[in-house]
Amino acid sequence: MKEPQMRTPMRHVRGLGAAHTGTRDFWHQRVTSVAGIPLCIALVIIVVGLLGRSHAAVVQILGSPIVAIIMLLFIINTVYHMWIGMQEIIIDYVHEDKLKLATLLGNTFFCFTIGFASAFAILKLSFGV
Amino acid sequence: MAELKAGSTTGSRRARPLSPHLQVYKLMLTFVMSGFHRISGAVLYFGMLLIAWWLIAAASGPNAYANFEWFMGSLIGRLVLFGYTWALLHHLLGGIRHLIWDTIHGFEPAERELLVLATLVGSISLTLIVWVVGYLAMGGPR
Repeated sequence: MKEPQMRTPMRHVRGLGAAHTGTRDFWHQRVTSVAGIPLCIALVIIVVGLLGRSHAAVVQILGSPIVAIIMLLFIINTVYHMWIGMQEIIIDYVHEDKLKLATLLGNTFFCFTIGFASAFAILKLSFGV
Repeated sequence: MAELKAGSTTGSRRARPLSPHLQVYKLMLTFVMSGFHRISGAVLYFGMLLIAWWLIAAASGPNAYANFEWFMGSLIGRLVLFGYTWALLHHLLGGIRHLIWDTIHGFEPAERELLVLATLVGSISLTLIVWVVGYLAMGGPR
C-alpha cells in the first residue's frame, strides 16, 4: 500500500499552485490594482463629462489623444486585472478538472474579447475610419 | 469525503481533520466586506460588457449610440449603471484597503474596523456624489 504523502510534492514547492502559474499572478494583481486607482478615477471623470452630450461630441472627445490613451490604458489594465481575479475565483470554487479547464478557458476568451473589442473601438474613434 | 467517518482508524485511509471553514467564524464586518470585495469584483467583470458596448456603440455610429443611450436612460439601465458605479467605487476603495494591509499596516482591531467602515461609508458617499454631479452635468434628472 502506498504510504500517505507527507512531503509536499515538488511541483507545489516550486510554487505553481492550483492555476499552475505560481505567485506571478499575485504580484501582477497588485501592480494592476495600483495602476487601476488613477485609471478608475479618470474613467469616472470621463464618463460624467460625456453625460448628455451628442454622439458627435462623444466621438470627438473619446477619440482625442489624451482621452483615448487613458481609455486604452484603463482597458488593458482592467482586462488583465479581471482575468487574474476571475481565475482566482474559479480555482477557489471549481474543483472538478474538466469544468475548471472549461471555465478558465472561458475566462481567458471573455477577457481577450472584451479587451480587443474595446481597444479596437477606441482606435477606430481616434483614427476616424 | 462522505465515506470517511471522523475519528475512524480502521479504514485504509484515516479521516484527516479538516481546517475550519467559513461557517465557524463569527459574522464580522471585516469578514463580510472581504466577501463583498470579491463579489463587487465579479460584478465589475461582467460590467466591462457595458464599457465595451458603450465604446463599440460610439465607434459604430449615431444609431448604435442612440440604442445604448436609450438603454442607459431606461429605469433598468439606470439601476444597472448605479450598481456599476457603486461596485466600481467600492472595489476601488476596498482595493486601497487591501493594499494598505499588504504593507502589514492597519491590522489592530480598531484600525481594521475603521478601514472597513471607511470603505463602506466612502463608497456609498462617493457613489451618491458622482450621481449628483452626473445629473447636474446633464442639467437635472430627465
